[in-house]
Amino acid sequence: MAIRHLNTMEFDAAVDAAPLAMVDFWASWCGPCKMLAPAMDALAQRYDGRVLVGKVNVDEEPELARRFGVMSIPTVVFLKNGREFDRKVGLMPAEAFAQVLDKNL
Amino acid sequence: MCVSYDVLVIGGGPAGLSAALNVRARGLRVLVVSNPMEENPLWKAERVDNCIGLPGVSGAELLRGMRRHAEEAGVEFRTGRVLNAMRMENVWYVGIGSDMENASALVLAAGVSRGRKFPGEAEFLGRGVSYCATCDGMLYRGRPVAVLGYSDSAHREADFLKDIGCSVTYFDRPKDCVITGDSAVTSVTCDGETLPVEGVFLLRPTVAPSDLFPALALEGGYVATDRSMATNLPGLFAAGDCTGLPLQVSKAAGEGLVAGQSAAKWAVRQKRDQT
Repeated sequence: MAIRHLNTMEFDAAVDAAPLAMVDFWASWCGPCKMLAPAMDALAQRYDGRVLVGKVNVDEEPELARRFGVMSIPTVVFLKNGREFDRKVGLMPAEAFAQVLDKNL
Repeated sequence: MCVSYDVLVIGGGPAGLSAALNVRARGLRVLVVSNPMEENPLWKAERVDNCIGLPGVSGAELLRGMRRHAEEAGVEFRTGRVLNAMRMENVWYVGIGSDMENASALVLAAGVSRGRKFPGEAEFLGRGVSYCATCDGMLYRGRPVAVLGYSDSAHREADFLKDIGCSVTYFDRPKDCVITGDSAVTSVTCDGETLPVEGVFLLRPTVAPSDLFPALALEGGYVATDRSMATNLPGLFAAGDCTGLPLQVSKAAGEGLVAGQSAAKWAVRQKRDQT
């Protein structure tokens, strides 16, 4: 499954329905976010059917960014049935995200 | 995968410029990312007396000469600070402010980062503490922020924050700061002055190697390398002050030469392996 671009309208329904979700808050002007993009794509493939991998553009969805208190990007938020249980701030290798997912699958 | 540069050099002092020159000597593409030359600590040295063949040369003269030499050899330059680096599928990705580049090999020649972390800095990183105004500034529009500036170009980043609508208080090279808050930053105290803020931008001239590369092996606080100037991370070489004492021009230039040649060799081998 490819990455899902989530907007404010559909966000809650999408993450509530997912036993495990990982959402990458990003913006087009953010260099580290661009560096993280291929890792997120790879993770979406690797966890296809098991984890909802989503992206939220903080410029287009400022409400979601505010709601999650995103103050630096990239910020990756992990949710179980819509409830946040962990987050990673800043650029890190794909394995750092995979570890959180593996522990919670 | 097509990379933009064979080698990317972090730092534009004697080590970085020497490394870049030696990469060019092998006909490869190389980019040097650095602060403006005038911000290099060597720029302020009035006399350097142990540079063999150049008695009494000034630091500024040396830097200008080295830079010209590298430019004439075809080295490319970018002014900026490297804030993140990550290796994926044999390619290094490097974040320069809000921009990015990639390369087969890296040479870390960023000098020594002077100064320690402030209380609250690590704790609130990403929750009010930021190292890059152009990266995170947009998330602080309309909010009060403090800029803790430790380089001349920090003023420009403070101006950028003002331009996009942040309410900015500038601290010029404060010595003692404490960042406080609960779930996010609520205030900062610098040299006795406390200010309610939601963001603290810490703009230092260089990022500590262990922050840039969390898995990097250190020895006595300096980057550990072997005789080829290779670090413990694949495709990452280091040279100059960041590898340890003595913090001298000739030592830096010599290590830069070795690191540049090693990085070039690495990049060539990668190209060959991919074809």
